[in-house]
Amino acid sequence: METSILTTEPLEIAARILERAEAAGADQADAIAVSSTNASTTVRLQKLEKVSESTSRSVGLRVILGGRQATVSTSEVSDAALDEAVQTAMELARISEPDPYAGLADPTTQARSTPPLSLFDEQIPEVDGDHRLSQAMSCEQSALDADGRIVNSGGATFSTSVGNFALVDSNGFAGTYADTSASMWVEVMAEEADGQMRNAGWSTSERALHRLDDAAEVGREAAARALRQLGAAKASTCEVPVVWEPRMAAGLAGIVSGAASGEALYRRATFLAEREEQEIASPLLTIVDDGTLSGRLGSRPFDGEGVVTRRNALIESGVFRGFLFDSYNARRLDAVSTGSAWRSVGGLPQIGSGNLSIEPGQIAPEQIVADVEDGLYLTTLMGFGVNYTTGDFSRGAAGIWIRNGELAEPVQEINVSGNLLEMFQRIDAVGSDAQWFGASSAPTLRMSRMTVSGA
Amino acid sequence: MSDTPADVIGFYASQLGVDEAAAESVLASALGRGGSFAELYFEHKRSGSLSFEDQQVKSTQASLSQGVGIRVVEGDAIGYAYTEDLSPDAMRRAAETAAQIAHGGAETEAVDLTAASYPADRYAIASPSTSTPLADKVELLRRADQAARAWHPSIARVDASMVDEEKRVLIVRSDGRMVADYQPLLRFNVSCLSELDGERRNARWGGGGRMGMPYFDEHSPESLAEEAARQAVLQQEAREAPAGTFPVVLAAGDSGILLHEAVGHGLEADFNRKGTSNYSNRIGQSVASELVTVIDDATLDRSRGSVNVDDEGEPAGRNLLIEDGQLAAYMQDRISSDHFSVAPSGNGRRQSFRHAPMPRMTNTYMTAGEDDPQDLIRRVDYGIFCQAFSGGQVNITNGDFVFSVTEGYLIENGQITAPIRDVNLIGNGPDVLSKVTGVGHDLEMSDGRWTCGKSGQSVPVGVGIPTVLVSGITVGGTQMRPGGGMSA
Repeated sequence: METSILTTEPLEIAARILERAEAAGADQADAIAVSSTNASTTVRLQKLEKVSESTSRSVGLRVILGGRQATVSTSEVSDAALDEAVQTAMELARISEPDPYAGLADPTTQARSTPPLSLFDEQIPEVDGDHRLSQAMSCEQSALDADGRIVNSGGATFSTSVGNFALVDSNGFAGTYADTSASMWVEVMAEEADGQMRNAGWSTSERALHRLDDAAEVGREAAARALRQLGAAKASTCEVPVVWEPRMAAGLAGIVSGAASGEALYRRATFLAEREEQEIASPLLTIVDDGTLSGRLGSRPFDGEGVVTRRNALIESGVFRGFLFDSYNARRLDAVSTGSAWRSVGGLPQIGSGNLSIEPGQIAPEQIVADVEDGLYLTTLMGFGVNYTTGDFSRGAAGIWIRNGELAEPVQEINVSGNLLEMFQRIDAVGSDAQWFGASSAPTLRMSRMTVSGA
Repeated sequence: MSDTPADVIGFYASQLGVDEAAAESVLASALGRGGSFAELYFEHKRSGSLSFEDQQVKSTQASLSQGVGIRVVEGDAIGYAYTEDLSPDAMRRAAETAAQIAHGGAETEAVDLTAASYPADRYAIASPSTSTPLADKVELLRRADQAARAWHPSIARVDASMVDEEKRVLIVRSDGRMVADYQPLLRFNVSCLSELDGERRNARWGGGGRMGMPYFDEHSPESLAEEAARQAVLQQEAREAPAGTFPVVLAAGDSGILLHEAVGHGLEADFNRKGTSNYSNRIGQSVASELVTVIDDATLDRSRGSVNVDDEGEPAGRNLLIEDGQLAAYMQDRISSDHFSVAPSGNGRRQSFRHAPMPRMTNTYMTAGEDDPQDLIRRVDYGIFCQAFSGGQVNITNGDFVFSVTEGYLIENGQITAPIRDVNLIGNGPDVLSKVTGVGHDLEMSDGRWTCGKSGQSVPVGVGIPTVLVSGITVGGTQMRPGGGMSA
């Protein structure tokens, strides 16, 4: 048996497999290696439920041989395993077919230096099990203490992660960076008189420990959300204004970024195809993708191909500004890479967003609700009912009914539906209350009309 | 040939240096601080994928993933750690990390391992697809591409792919049980885009299971591709779906996704042990129409959700969950079965060695009834017929569940009429199951295309159902219409 060389240096592992691929005759190649240490503690009803901690690493290689490409990955990084992976990659490439667009990123677009993005918090590697435990405990405790009707818990988890990412390619690019993250999550159940339970979860996730929401605040928010759903019933079928709370609006930004993928454009599987520079939304709507924001979870110095990350406007005052590209799809569609390639060890680069923001407007969220006579305040969406090709949107929902400008009774087991292009046009209010949720931020939004299906 | 359990044990010893003595030594470290139970889950997985677009091979991929996940149980609490490095030192360090959950420091007796077997291999295969020449697989993709394009002139794009894996697992437990399994898995996917007068519609189809190349003897690449093409073209003439609550007829097969969401997750024992499921404390109670009997069965031949042993080393089970509308049992993992003082049901599953096991479904289905499927459609004045789906989701605490229909039709005056656009349906588990008013005699299992996600872990599953009539589910269309009805 070969003994593995354990190393914490992904750059060294990536360089080792790249060197072998070049020696084996690859015309072009790139390699990525990642290592991460993840630790988490879960408590439930104030008892320890699970502790886990592990360090993981793996390496991926892409080879291009006469325009034919293949990728391999392995979690075993001994020299023998890397040799075998390279040999497999070369064999796979030979049975692929030449693709004139296959290739590495243009070296002139790649990062020359690593800008200070505050991706690494020195405190996080120092966090120990006792800290994770006490944070999870106080988060859940504050939820349980919030009200006598909070009767049960799905648990609270506090986790930390330290990662290292390295990318090297045969044009001479070599880049590496380290990042950290911490997150806390809790779910609790409120019970009503007839014994029916309503649950809600809340979470916080950041690169730096000190930016996390306070544990007690996260717990209180989860409790408040479970309590306000008590007594929720189905609404009647109708067409009404729908107010999207910030967390729901952030999900809408994610749908826009998915539809703005240059790969979806190539496949003609997006309702945004042929709509560049057209007014596709209300002038109130601006959505920006930005991989360069300091300290944010979607930030990184270069993308999965080494291309410098940047700010990409997706929708500006209602006008669709264009698609996100990796270098492969950019070449196929005569565009330029937007620094949007994401790379896992297994497989080719995929297009994705960095940090997504819906820009806040001028109106207080309370006013957005106050202006609605009869409508839905949307707090939950369920399911996968988004057709990116047609823009048809139909998803399960729950929330609070708005009557005469006030949040009235909770509703559940309803559907909200529409076509995304119509929905974007119907945005008639954007709140001043933008909030971050991981790598996205959004304010309260209102659509003047959607179909709500219920009883 | 696929490996026998003895082959897998021999593979770990000879190829990876993990023999009985090595495993016993890691178990000793895992129980070094006490703990009521410890388990090692070794996994060696080779997987490959081929993708075909623009009428040529676009990419080929291979990966190797191996490691061990170590779990130490102390009461209801667990410590978990894993390592990709199977050297004795690395495994000992991971075991010591997992052992931190225990504080007893009790002396633990040395473990003496005995290899256990299981009753039958549900997915022995003569020729694993992972050893099939790539050129043969490319030919299958090419045939699918050509068949889809030939199906209709509006088919403008075809993307086809084939993904397969072979997993060798070895599970070693502190109660002395050592069990191994060889688990093949194959999946073939086709996606088609129809473009007609500037209108684009797409659809996906696919299948597979725990099988090798003989899958394609029964499911030709042409038939899978033509199905994707047919659905994409059909969508060109689809109308807006109605909004409101209407009778729904679910076609046999993939509609089993309704069961998976409406009752399946809610009957996983971890939620019920914690009292967070809307089915908690309801064993023996009526939770569905008496026409409804639901089974989770890991022993179906070659099905995507089948296992010989679960990921905690327990033999696969066939478990009655709901019998004639009454809740019969939950799906158990080790911790939950200890809690409920019942036998493990073989439902302890995990995504990989990087994940701790929990109760999961395998192949979940409703047994056949006595109705003529056509008759169920004839009983509906105005409603929806559901044929194909993209996915679903459930809130296990309040019971609300959704599923997204990608091929559906209006039923008008007892006849299937126009196709409808993609639409989401929402219901509440026990409520919808109490409204099952007809069950066909035509039970059908889905082809192997479903993957289930729970707490960040994905596992392959199967679903199945006969044609079923539900008297009311909320349909999330855009077309406003007065309420529907059902004739006597």
